[in-house]
Amino acid sequence: MAKNKVLPDGLDTFPKLLARNAVQWAELPAYREKEFGIWQSWNWAEVAQNVNALAMGYVALGLNEGDHVAIIGRNRPYLYWAMLAAQSAGAIPVPLYQDANAEEMAYVLGHCGARFVIAEDQEQVDKVLEISDQAPNVEQIIYLDKRGLRKYDHTNLTSYEEVQAQGRAGNQHLSPVLAGRQAKLDEDSTCVMLYTSGTTGKPKGVVLSNTNIIASSISSSEFDNLSAGDSVLAYLPMAWVGDFIFSIGQCCWTGFCVACPESPETMQANLREIGPSYFFAPPRFFEGLLTNVLIRIEDASKLKRWWFRRYMAHAKRVGPDILDGKPVSFADRLKYRIGDFLIYSPLKNTLGLSKVRVGYTAGEAIGPEIFEFYRALGINLKQLYGQTEASVFITLQPDGEVRADTVGIPGPGVELKIADSGEVFYRSPGVFVEYYKNPESTADTKDKEGWVATGDAGYIEESSGHLKIIDRAKDVGKMADGSMFAPKFVENKLKFYPNILEAVVFGDGRDSCTAFINIDLGAVGNWAERNNVSYTSYQDLAAHLEVYGAIQEHIEEVNQSIAKDPMLSGCQINRFLVLHKELDADDGEMTRTRKVRRKIVADKYDDLIGALYDGSKSISTETEVTYEDGRKGSISATLELRDVKMVAA
Amino acid sequence: MKDSKDSYVTEDGRTIGPPMLEMKNISLRFGGVTAIKDITFDIREGEIRAIIGPNGAGKSSMLNVINGFYHPQEGEIFFHGEKRKPMKPYQIAHQGIARTFQNIALFKGMSTLDNIMTGRLTHMKTNLFWQAIWKGPAEREEVENREVVEKVIDFLEIQAIRKTPVGALPYGLQKRVELGRALAAQPKLLLLDEPMAGMNVEEKEDMSRFILDVNDEFGTTIALIEHDMGVVMDISDRVVVMDYGAKIGDGTPDEVRNDQAVIDAYLGVAND
Repeated sequence: MAKNKVLPDGLDTFPKLLARNAVQWAELPAYREKEFGIWQSWNWAEVAQNVNALAMGYVALGLNEGDHVAIIGRNRPYLYWAMLAAQSAGAIPVPLYQDANAEEMAYVLGHCGARFVIAEDQEQVDKVLEISDQAPNVEQIIYLDKRGLRKYDHTNLTSYEEVQAQGRAGNQHLSPVLAGRQAKLDEDSTCVMLYTSGTTGKPKGVVLSNTNIIASSISSSEFDNLSAGDSVLAYLPMAWVGDFIFSIGQCCWTGFCVACPESPETMQANLREIGPSYFFAPPRFFEGLLTNVLIRIEDASKLKRWWFRRYMAHAKRVGPDILDGKPVSFADRLKYRIGDFLIYSPLKNTLGLSKVRVGYTAGEAIGPEIFEFYRALGINLKQLYGQTEASVFITLQPDGEVRADTVGIPGPGVELKIADSGEVFYRSPGVFVEYYKNPESTADTKDKEGWVATGDAGYIEESSGHLKIIDRAKDVGKMADGSMFAPKFVENKLKFYPNILEAVVFGDGRDSCTAFINIDLGAVGNWAERNNVSYTSYQDLAAHLEVYGAIQEHIEEVNQSIAKDPMLSGCQINRFLVLHKELDADDGEMTRTRKVRRKIVADKYDDLIGALYDGSKSISTETEVTYEDGRKGSISATLELRDVKMVAA
Repeated sequence: MKDSKDSYVTEDGRTIGPPMLEMKNISLRFGGVTAIKDITFDIREGEIRAIIGPNGAGKSSMLNVINGFYHPQEGEIFFHGEKRKPMKPYQIAHQGIARTFQNIALFKGMSTLDNIMTGRLTHMKTNLFWQAIWKGPAEREEVENREVVEKVIDFLEIQAIRKTPVGALPYGLQKRVELGRALAAQPKLLLLDEPMAGMNVEEKEDMSRFILDVNDEFGTTIALIEHDMGVVMDISDRVVVMDYGAKIGDGTPDEVRNDQAVIDAYLGVAND
């Protein structure tokens, strides 16, 4: 089958894009990082030199074409260059989740067969060394931060700078090798391999070609008019496809500047300093931020509280319309201006969102109240729907058509279809090549014509053409009486309450629905402080009677709201308990991107689910927990179970 | 080998040099109370030296003698082989000895950055005049010193609290800031008075790592007083044990652990 070229000539691989940028935008900042209290920046010419030196160093150390190069660490310019350098040397970068524990890391390293690992610091080097017997393929470890590594055996351990130095030293004979390797790359070559965190089973390596990544980057950049003048803050895991698209794909295509925070804890402060114009965050982030704002307003002076309430009410009424350019009366505009001066602008500045021109959220449903809050402030927050297999973008919300309950229209070049089962399928230039070493899964997900199953159930709204997502297709079930059971639908409603961090709803094949609740320690802790409720730990606070009371009220409200939906009124919650520990990725209860692994939770807390359905008033349980360093311990607790009022449909 | 004055290499590959500080027959009295009775020991270059003992054994007094806050009635102190004259604490600080305190002694209203910056005072040379007009040498000096401070902040991973007033920080972090201030002085000898008192296990682990890293990265000699036996035995090269102002043991952690006098002092003597 003769294939039409999708990408523009001469710009179909990352080494070529980099070469173009180094000439076209030589002096323009490409990457920034705060280090030693100062924002350091590198322009495109410097980035190209750094990448080139590192790529030659890789070759000097024996990296072969087609090798996988694993990259482990937090967002740092050096690590982005390590990925670009791998591509320059004809290899394939594989970024890993830096907080993955040794076992997860061993699987991925063994599966991709990486011979080279780029590790940020001692912690990551230790992890790789620890699993060396499970991943014997690892031959070379290159580290960025030398601290604590002085006494290590350096036979197969080299510092990043040293590799670059070796590359520069061998420039004469390595340069032609590099050029030869790059000449063999084209738009069909593999650009990157990303492991999906997967809510079920082992992670799968998604192979994405240059076409996938570059075409998606081009179309999404054009969709939102991104250009070299824009800036982003890179703080989401490097192993996540979104970060790869933003911080490498779109960055190299449009030439905009990627800034990396000083440390994960300083993200918020750094966000404020950089004031990005293009910003992505999961709903969880916006929820947390709003909770913080509300807590701090409670502590503010009376006048400020009054202003805040008064002007936020006004903003909610007219703000989104002003943002969308819809007609708004002069008086309302004037009042909004005053509010902007008094409240909105200072608040946006504090949050670091003053300059955001294009903001996106995705991954989970976002509460309408939360969504409206940011839009009311004049922040152009939109939703998109995507996944790794699509190189992120499936649907996006265009400016002026933003709503809390849809995920937008198909992106440029994306076709959508809804199967009879309700599952959403798509086809686009971004569709992945295959799952690495896993033809069965590839065949299950992608058919011969290139249609990919999303695994989500949804429908296209006829009036607007927007896609609406209901739930994960495999999670949608039937209750004993045959009515529809959509746990995510209920959980999202619950999670919109600031007190509730996480909820897991059960009820497939049963008479009634029950729920596990995780309280939000920040919000509930603040309430406890305000009301002189003393507590020692999460577990202690979670078991507090008044906390139970508050959660019960929330659930009753949710039941009332569910009762209004004729299709899903059977999903009202009958009984619930507040879990004695937070669901955690280290315990395997959540993915690294913090999505609940329903089945694992159900298996692990089998006894609790049993108690929810047998009518008992309390239950004693013991749960194994894994600490960050992989050690295990256990906590035991006696949990109260409560009945909740349900509403007749 | 370890008793000689020569350098030796530890099992984990660090070089321990000749004695840096020698305390010879030190006695310290407050009126009729004898705090330290005829104690002799040394601290070698590059080592981590612990001083342990029950409450009131005279450990902090010993640190105060080293640091020049107390002047012993008897005994001699040799620093780098030279006999030390009675000096004021600030003179001793200039010699390259820095310390932290048992009860945190930070400026509560000042930010972490400013607190650590005060650790650079001994390295600042410009006078009040230049400091007041700011431009020129004072500004250059501030930039140089800020660079050192930023490296300390990076080392201790406290970037996120750079601008936070230390009074608002949790205890464990305040301890870390105090360590930062001592490190900012780039000392040759660092004295730590109960660096882990009142910390939880995780904070203790962090602090132990920092102490080991300071020693490893900068080659700083460290003398520390600590109550947590587990920590002391894990991180120190040699241990001095004190009880009622007298030295009752001195040696490697293993030697000290098995010393009958030490066991008696800590666990009490059976009456039989």
